[in-house]
Amino acid sequence: MADKIRGKVFVVGDNIDTDQIIPAQYLNLVPTIPDEYEKLGSYALCGLPDSYPRFVPAGQMKTPYAIVIAGRNFGCGSSREHAPVSLGAAGVEAVVAESYARIFFRNAIATGELYPVECATRLCEELKTGDEVELDLTARRLCVVGRRREYETQDLGEAKAVIDHGGLFEFARGTGMMARN
Amino acid sequence: MGMTITEKILARGSGRGGVRPGENVWVMADILMTHDVCGPGTIGIFRREFGEKAHVFDPERIVLTPDHYIFTKDQKCLRNIDLCRAFAASEKLPYFYDPGTPSYSGVCHVTLPEKGHCRPGEVMFGTDSHTCTHGAFGEFATGIGNTDAAFVMGTGKLLIKVPASRRFVIDGQLPGLVMGKDIILRIIGDLGVDGATYEAMEFCGGTVSALPMSERMTICNMAIEAGAKNGIVAADETTLAYVRQRTSKPFTCFQSDADAEYCATYRYRAEELEPVVALPHSPDLVKPAKACGDLRITRAYIGSCTGGKTEDFIAAARVLKGRKVTVDTFLVPATVEVAEALRSECVGGVPLVDIFRQAGCIEPALPSCAACLGGPEDTFGRCNGPEVCISTTNRNFVGRMGAKTASVILASPLTAAASAITGRVTDPREILPS
Repeated sequence: MADKIRGKVFVVGDNIDTDQIIPAQYLNLVPTIPDEYEKLGSYALCGLPDSYPRFVPAGQMKTPYAIVIAGRNFGCGSSREHAPVSLGAAGVEAVVAESYARIFFRNAIATGELYPVECATRLCEELKTGDEVELDLTARRLCVVGRRREYETQDLGEAKAVIDHGGLFEFARGTGMMARN
Repeated sequence: MGMTITEKILARGSGRGGVRPGENVWVMADILMTHDVCGPGTIGIFRREFGEKAHVFDPERIVLTPDHYIFTKDQKCLRNIDLCRAFAASEKLPYFYDPGTPSYSGVCHVTLPEKGHCRPGEVMFGTDSHTCTHGAFGEFATGIGNTDAAFVMGTGKLLIKVPASRRFVIDGQLPGLVMGKDIILRIIGDLGVDGATYEAMEFCGGTVSALPMSERMTICNMAIEAGAKNGIVAADETTLAYVRQRTSKPFTCFQSDADAEYCATYRYRAEELEPVVALPHSPDLVKPAKACGDLRITRAYIGSCTGGKTEDFIAAARVLKGRKVTVDTFLVPATVEVAEALRSECVGGVPLVDIFRQAGCIEPALPSCAACLGGPEDTFGRCNGPEVCISTTNRNFVGRMGAKTASVILASPLTAAASAITGRVTDPREILPS
């Protein structure tokens, strides 16, 4: 469970689709197999155009960026759960976007891999990759470390509790909807 | 206040008298579909969460259709098919279409209707975003992730939000050589790739009623490309004629009420529609084919759940008959049934396969999703370099068909075939009289 996430941001634009988040050639990796889960992380966002810096440095499994900042319709395209899984496996704790594609948003919550936070401000034009920020999920704000400006983020509502528990099944057990196995 | 078809189906699926947009309801799944890309992960979560000894909620309601990475030497892909195979055996799944055996079929979204799994009034979940295709049969069908699918696998139900419905009324006589693909691309171009996020897209009007099932499938297939949760066309005589040939199970047909509420209504005159393409790298960058100037292509691809059905190949053959392609032209029938139709169906008395061979196309591949989504490097038709591919598929994102340096232009089978002849994006009316 996290209420404050502090770290560097990686900034992308609008309509970042699931093929850019995790290209289809890596969908032979099965997220429930532990070493393949880790490997999915190493490929996170490797489908972005080469004009972007590398999200996961060469030869490494984790990203130095804790938060992805995006524009509209983040995660559009495929229903592949590999998309939020690869970001989560790489070490991403939250995405802050103007809006999300439906299936990605739902998969992020169901897997508990990351917090899909919405922000009405077009942060992808306000922040740059490498900026250090603090995202406060409870107070619903994002601030850039060393700057005065704060940005209001939208309430995750009931979804926050699901992610806090670690996903749909853990939430169902933690709240008594399902028996513990 | 009345209800839309989508609302009526979700009311039925949740055992309620009525539902409203925005409500969260538990709905029972009539069909859960999964394949080789998301099946192994779904099965992994099902086993982890429900236990090694648990069983699926109803084997009759699960369809397991490996289709994505079938004809490859990639060991992990082959292992994933084995994982599906072992699960189908342990759960005694009656609807497992096993690669390498006579039961193999091919692309899930063409297999499902062919094998009688699409029925009006039902709720279908699938671990594939193009599950929205099956709204063509007057059912609620939507794509979900592995975790949700594992939940459905164990419990038979899922909590979903009732989407608002956005209505597209298309009336009039569709001009010759304009296809369902042109209709849906035009709509996506008008809406944008997130113009219907979380919503149902309901297609109706005289033009839609006159379309065969294959064309309705193409239209609903790409609802996800506007961000929609589902696409839907009310079941009618055309639907019943198709469905009754393939299943004897009972089903219910729903119609939207006259006073149903829509978040928006769009009206199109079919006479004003024309062949269009979506330019790289977004399905909403839509432009008339005839306005593309000398936009050169290096290859053409006809295949996938969107554009690899029998009727799509008949359309392409109409253009290619007696002509020659000038770029590499890849043909991937969606299913075994489509592959057989390439031999049995004729245009002008000539079997489709002969038309394609005489036109200089590459010999058709075995049925699968193939290069629609890139896939392993040995995938048939995959763009491994800076190709410019005109394709009957559904997505043209950066890297979608393979290399990031490749560009994909989405088009109807008629437009793709016309372009394969000229080597540039070409309105089919330039080749054939409309």
